Amino acid sequence: MATSAEAPTPPQAHPATPASPQPPGTPGPRPRRRRPSWAGLWFVLPFVACYALFLLWPSLTMFVDSFTNRSLAGGETSWVGLDNWATVLTDPAMWQSLWITLLFTLISVPPLVILGLALALLTDHARRAGWFLRLSFFAPFVLPVAVMTEIWGFMYQPGFGIINQYLGALGLPQPEWLGSENTVLIAIVIATVWWTVGFNFVLYLAALQGIPRETYDAASIDGSGAWQRIWHVTLPQLRRTTVLVIVLQMIASLRIFDQAYLLGGHFGGPNFASRTIIHYVYETGFVNFQIGMASAMAWVFFVIIGLISVFQFRLLTRNED
Amino acid sequence: MRDASPTQPGSGLARRGFLKSSFVLAGLGLAACTPADAVLDTRVRLRQWNLFSGGDGNRMIQMHEDFQAQHPDLDFRATTFEWGAPFYTKVAMAAAGGRAADVATVHLSRLASLAPGRLLDPVDEGLLAEAGIDASVFLPNVWEQCFHDGQLYAIPLDTHTHIQYFNPEICAEAGLLDGDGRLTEVNGLEEFLDMCREIAQVTGDMAVSLDTTYSWPIFWAMFRQQDGELSFTDDDFHLDDEAAYTAFEALYRLSEEGLAPRFADGQGATSNFDNLQAGLLLQGNWEIASFEATGTPYSATQMPNFFGNRRTRGDAHCFVLPHQENRDRDRTRAALTYAAWMVRNSLSWGEGGGHIPAYQPVVRSEEYQPLEPHVHYAEAAANTEFEPEAWFSGSASQLQSEAAAALNGIHAGTATPKDALHQFRRSLRSLVTTPAPV
Repeated sequence: MATSAEAPTPPQAHPATPASPQPPGTPGPRPRRRRPSWAGLWFVLPFVACYALFLLWPSLTMFVDSFTNRSLAGGETSWVGLDNWATVLTDPAMWQSLWITLLFTLISVPPLVILGLALALLTDHARRAGWFLRLSFFAPFVLPVAVMTEIWGFMYQPGFGIINQYLGALGLPQPEWLGSENTVLIAIVIATVWWTVGFNFVLYLAALQGIPRETYDAASIDGSGAWQRIWHVTLPQLRRTTVLVIVLQMIASLRIFDQAYLLGGHFGGPNFASRTIIHYVYETGFVNFQIGMASAMAWVFFVIIGLISVFQFRLLTRNED
Repeated sequence: MRDASPTQPGSGLARRGFLKSSFVLAGLGLAACTPADAVLDTRVRLRQWNLFSGGDGNRMIQMHEDFQAQHPDLDFRATTFEWGAPFYTKVAMAAAGGRAADVATVHLSRLASLAPGRLLDPVDEGLLAEAGIDASVFLPNVWEQCFHDGQLYAIPLDTHTHIQYFNPEICAEAGLLDGDGRLTEVNGLEEFLDMCREIAQVTGDMAVSLDTTYSWPIFWAMFRQQDGELSFTDDDFHLDDEAAYTAFEALYRLSEEGLAPRFADGQGATSNFDNLQAGLLLQGNWEIASFEATGTPYSATQMPNFFGNRRTRGDAHCFVLPHQENRDRDRTRAALTYAAWMVRNSLSWGEGGGHIPAYQPVVRSEEYQPLEPHVHYAEAAANTEFEPEAWFSGSASQLQSEAAAALNGIHAGTATPKDALHQFRRSLRSLVTTPAPV
């Protein structure tokens, strides 16, 4: 950046005279002067290479594929112009699965953030049982998704599942959970909250422990009660963590696939009420072999996520200042 | 942080030493990737993929153990994937990359959708004959379905169908068994519903359990019992609306009256029967294996006569050779030896998996005839109705996925038979207008 100000100097002058601009009077054996060093590049190369090979390159080929009728089954591939894009944008099933993904995000983010915070506050206050609470709240997070969905799939079973058994014993209505299109998404959200709230909990707990104790002492001396301390000291101090948690949670929720696919079944049932956009892309590309169509769909989703991210970033960074 | 360290003479050496040792370690690591036994092994490698994650999976594993014991010259390894799309996507992707397993089991109804010639390699009839299998050992109509564009692509293993299981104790209590302990035959939907009501009184719960996430086979049985026609042309379809509506309505009434579950997946449907919450179960013949394992009292018979006959939905399992870029003749020969062995020894498959062997010498054999409860649904093979051929049709296909979606609402009570018919027609329209990817 510094060189750009000295426009008249030929650019190669600097690298040719590495040690000359050393300020006079600086002793010591460190002839450290900005020599274009490639060392940094080598450090980031493993990441950049993987990123380019497994993300950038596939995304670009996918973009090209989205203008073809390419099939996973091989055969002749030809250009179809904007046909795939037109089909995708007018496909009600695509919009339905996109809506399900957004709905899942809208329903799952608030409880995951608020519950994570509540559990962290609880653990922070419960000094004695702290280790036990930390273990209990975080333990589900280490379960593989297949195990988690197996457990919840059993619990949700009508007839012999444990949840409806207790609901019945309490005289409450017994929903079909995974069996009805009205409740399947709620059921997936409940299982997801139980499974992943531990991650947000840990982030909040770490942030809580970083709040200086003196601020609480000062607040106490000023006569504030426990709730006031939480409201006026703890929460403002957690603002940056909250931004981080919300951003991470939005991303995690938008890319929902595994637990919905495993709990809702291969068909995204009932009546496609659990078929998320990634599931639909997978179905189009790999079950029905329409790689061109699936590529266009994935790009539509990419653009939407991009827009959401930009919006979110601007909203949150503006508050930051 | 100490500034002395960069000039220390030892550190450079240490770094070099470290680099050297890491290269050695890396080399060892790479060597470890190739197991020593594979390097020294002179046996012919044979890799098999299958989708038997249901009750019949254990029997397949037993058969594979026997096969390996009798063929010590083969390095045989089988992998079971989850039934349905998870299996088919893997076969397709591996074959698209030209590095698939040597032999795989698929549904015969999916042959057309797997792009024979591109994702599947043809079977050399000469090599197969060397392994002792030719057209003469199968029923002609089954053998014909294994061909595509005049070339053989599949070796049939079995026919499997949806049948009717019943709990003899519950049905006896409901007074529905005859002198031989067989379930009273019903004639028509109303009689079937009456029978269900009597069973429900005994169980105090439902009468007939079924997989509501995948009730297409029962819908198809009901549809075909009424001679319903579904056919596809290039960009159009024909569906008998009346027959489809009647079938949707029958399933709707079963769930609405509480005689069938509102929601049960494959496992759940079997569990309802195991837990004595239902006296009947409409499910594929492969569940025999799981009832043998759990010890649930059961017997079986054909699909009930809902609409004047006992037609049922069925399919067939077969062996195929997924596409390999560099096909090795020895491994291909081993794959066909394997397929031929499995077909010839399918008595075990029929006995333990409940499937009806495709290999006629087994079906005609004296060992097969007295098998219980197989003998009671042996005629189901003749009553088996396949789906029309299309790239989106067959087991675990998009057609079934769309049909399942329409049927979910029927069972849950959120859609009327009219809604379901409307939705199904719309799905069919969308499927036929999609350009075929194969």
